[in-house]
Amino acid sequence: MKVSRRTFLSIGSFIVGGAAGTALSPLPWKLTDDLSIWTQNWPWTPMPERGEVSYVNSVCTLCPGGCGISVRKVNDRAVKIEGMKGHPVNDGGICILGLSGLQLLYGPTRIKTPLKRVGEKGQGKFKKISWDEALKEVAEKLGTLRSEGKSHTVACVSGSACGTVPQLLKRLLTVYGSPNFMSVPTMQDAYAVTLKLMHGVDACPGFDVENADFILSFGSGIIEGWGSTVRMFKANSAWQDKKIKVVQIESRMSNTAAKAAKWIPARPGSEGVLALGIAYMMLRDGLYKKEVCDSAAGFEDFRKTVSENYAPENIAAATGIEKETIESLAKEFAGAASPLAICGRGQGHTPGSQYEFMAVHALNALAGNINKAGGVFTVPDPKYIAWAEPELDETAQKGMSSPRIDGAGSETYPHAKSLLNRLPPAILSAQGECPVQALLISEANPCYTLSDTQTVKKAFAKIPFVVSFSSYMDETAQYADIILPNHAYLERLEDAPAYAAGLSKPVIGLSKPVVTPQFDTKHTGDAVIALAKALGDKVAAAFPWESYAACLEETLGDKWKSLNEKCFAVVEESIEAPLQFFKQECKPVFAEGDEKQYPFVLMPYDSIRLANGFIGNTPFLTKTVPDTVLRKNDIFVEINPKSAGGDSLSLREGSAVMLTTPKGSAKVRVHLSEEIMPGVIAIPRGLGHTAYDKYLAGKGINCNELIGPAEDSGSGFDAVWGIRAKLSSVSI
Amino acid sequence: MSKPVDHKKEVLGDGSGGFAILFFLLGLVASLIVGWVVYPKLLYSQKNQPVDFNHALHIDLVDEGCESCHFFREDGTYSGVPKLAQCIGCHEEVQGETKDEAIFVEQYVKQGREVPWLIYAKQPDCVFFSHVAHVKAGGMDCVTCHGHIGESASLKVYEENRITGYSRDIWGKNISGLKTNTWDRMKMDDCSECHEEKGVNATSVQTGKGACFVCHK
Repeated sequence: MKVSRRTFLSIGSFIVGGAAGTALSPLPWKLTDDLSIWTQNWPWTPMPERGEVSYVNSVCTLCPGGCGISVRKVNDRAVKIEGMKGHPVNDGGICILGLSGLQLLYGPTRIKTPLKRVGEKGQGKFKKISWDEALKEVAEKLGTLRSEGKSHTVACVSGSACGTVPQLLKRLLTVYGSPNFMSVPTMQDAYAVTLKLMHGVDACPGFDVENADFILSFGSGIIEGWGSTVRMFKANSAWQDKKIKVVQIESRMSNTAAKAAKWIPARPGSEGVLALGIAYMMLRDGLYKKEVCDSAAGFEDFRKTVSENYAPENIAAATGIEKETIESLAKEFAGAASPLAICGRGQGHTPGSQYEFMAVHALNALAGNINKAGGVFTVPDPKYIAWAEPELDETAQKGMSSPRIDGAGSETYPHAKSLLNRLPPAILSAQGECPVQALLISEANPCYTLSDTQTVKKAFAKIPFVVSFSSYMDETAQYADIILPNHAYLERLEDAPAYAAGLSKPVIGLSKPVVTPQFDTKHTGDAVIALAKALGDKVAAAFPWESYAACLEETLGDKWKSLNEKCFAVVEESIEAPLQFFKQECKPVFAEGDEKQYPFVLMPYDSIRLANGFIGNTPFLTKTVPDTVLRKNDIFVEINPKSAGGDSLSLREGSAVMLTTPKGSAKVRVHLSEEIMPGVIAIPRGLGHTAYDKYLAGKGINCNELIGPAEDSGSGFDAVWGIRAKLSSVSI
Repeated sequence: MSKPVDHKKEVLGDGSGGFAILFFLLGLVASLIVGWVVYPKLLYSQKNQPVDFNHALHIDLVDEGCESCHFFREDGTYSGVPKLAQCIGCHEEVQGETKDEAIFVEQYVKQGREVPWLIYAKQPDCVFFSHVAHVKAGGMDCVTCHGHIGESASLKVYEENRITGYSRDIWGKNISGLKTNTWDRMKMDDCSECHEEKGVNATSVQTGKGACFVCHK
């Protein structure tokens, strides 16, 4: 169409007029303003809720450190977790996991209703069922097993043995007729056995870190999450300020080693030998507290054993540390007013070898710092759970008299209270029917945390009936037949005995509900009481409480009121701990595998940025993991450049290699670092989840898949600290 | 020789100039109407409050003026629009005979449902405004910003900006942005106008620093 000049001019004028008019109207200015505000209101932009602000004091239960927390709320929404000021453990501080705990409350990994398995075991396919159906099914199964005389084939795995909920589970098993209550062992258990053998007491270890003036750490990750994280961070800072010397013995330069006054890279696994080497020097030069030790039972035998076997020449060869270094260490340690020797590798979430723990404790004994300011304390059990002994019927008595499936307390393993690591082999080696017909799991994730997870999963798949109380869809919950989801932490009322706080006196915490439960979940305490009532007769009679809350209030008795107000109570109790030197012969634990075939030693290491127990990493925590540890989904192992050039490998930073151990192999990437001993490969612990949610699953490798259990000859615990390994080239 | 003259005639004498001016004016007027009249009409939707609250009636019954219901919490935070809990004291049963009273008691009080009041003064989420700093520390009254709503017998229609979702009261009734009273607008310029006039140079309570982050958090 031909546009005439007139038309063109008219349209042009109209546009110009329109533009002028628009500019003279408020439209462009108002629209710009509105659009800019509109961009701030896009629905995916997080906005804080408006409303009344309040704080709820509680206790963090993400680890047994027992920190007090103060949770900021807007209306009924928890918006921030802060440390509780004035709390004896953390006094206002909080760790990175505790800080990001809201993601465990509101994140996508929660189990929202009771579930029943529909797929294969471990496949993670479930259907929703009601609480009535779920509890009925579990009670019926337990009832059937009991009537068939198989009550002893029911076992329970609890994250801890302390506190009312684990004790309710144990009580249920007892009156039901099974001795097979197990808890997940940590360094606390290895220490407990040590204190039993060397002082004859039932106690937890306490460490007066605030008053110690020389710290000798045998691989303890003081600022990696050992003990109670916040307390140890504060102590470490105070030591730096006061110029108190910290010596870190560890084959890899952890953050603790980097901040220490001295880092001594000892050959991995030789820590106990080194401790006894130092003891040798102290005994030889008379640098020990004679008034304490000379009269102690077994001291002469101990002196003889050490003098005969731990001469410096031998120690230098075994540990790779020069004789002079060991000598000066012994002098510094013995010369300090309040020296403190600690052990428990990394975060101490795995029990170590009895040999090592007793050797390190012997140093403290020689320095005379047991139950003294700045030393190690024997902390008694707060003993606030004093329920009436339950009456057992004939079935229960018969069941309780059968041997434990894990052998704990037997002649072979007299010291351990339970040995979870022995459960999978017991199941797999049994002929015929599975010796565990039903398993209850609470606050534990053995299919991820136990060594050699492939074997553990095989064993779990053989158990006909598994009940999980997990709040999260973890690896073990995926093997469950029925899931009875617990309220998440911050949703439930529960006592939280701070057995890992490491204070010189026992501390009881009370974890209070901060928000009302978000989903159709039930407190495990209430679920246990409901199951007992459904089983009837004497089982029901042992649980006279109307609800878990009533049980807790009654249990805490006169402590209830002040605990409810303050959330913590320090129990003024101490225990006499006469010193005796051990008679039992303990042996160090060696890395599995043939040295020629596997030239390296693979060691897992702990990081404050990786939660590695029942509680998995929060997305926020994973974001803080550096890309020399995890890049996208690739895990990095640390290796010294001196070890990287050998053979045909010639590894460079970021090279992909196949890491093989006697237990399995995995493709990993290499991070070259001078901060690790040559010949050692370090792998981070806490990655490689296959369950939970997209924020956690599929990231890296679970180190437990590559490492097999190493049973300690003294205690029976899995005292594995590493395994022999080799690297081979792999195409990317 | 007449051809050039014809050309000139064509340019000037065919009425093109007149048309150009006419269309210019048409465009001008049309866009002015769109900008000043049509746009504001399209921009705002009209909403009635769920319950027509009578401020005038209540202000006579309470002792402490506005703060009787719009109070400061113990920690200094401002409670804003009252929650049901504050009304229940008197309104557990229907008081008087108005239709709105019946709605309020039947639909909200008896069912324990909070009234979804539409808030005329609601600012975007990341605007940090402290009532206590202005009212308690600055000694300002409510009327300066909120006008005489406390004396009204009926709640006005809530005009919601379809783009931003906020009330028309923030930009002001006048689409040009001009105002006669201090309470006519609640944009940032209106804050700074008063701050400049009073010479207030506030700093952030949290950081102790001035400038943007005092209010934009």
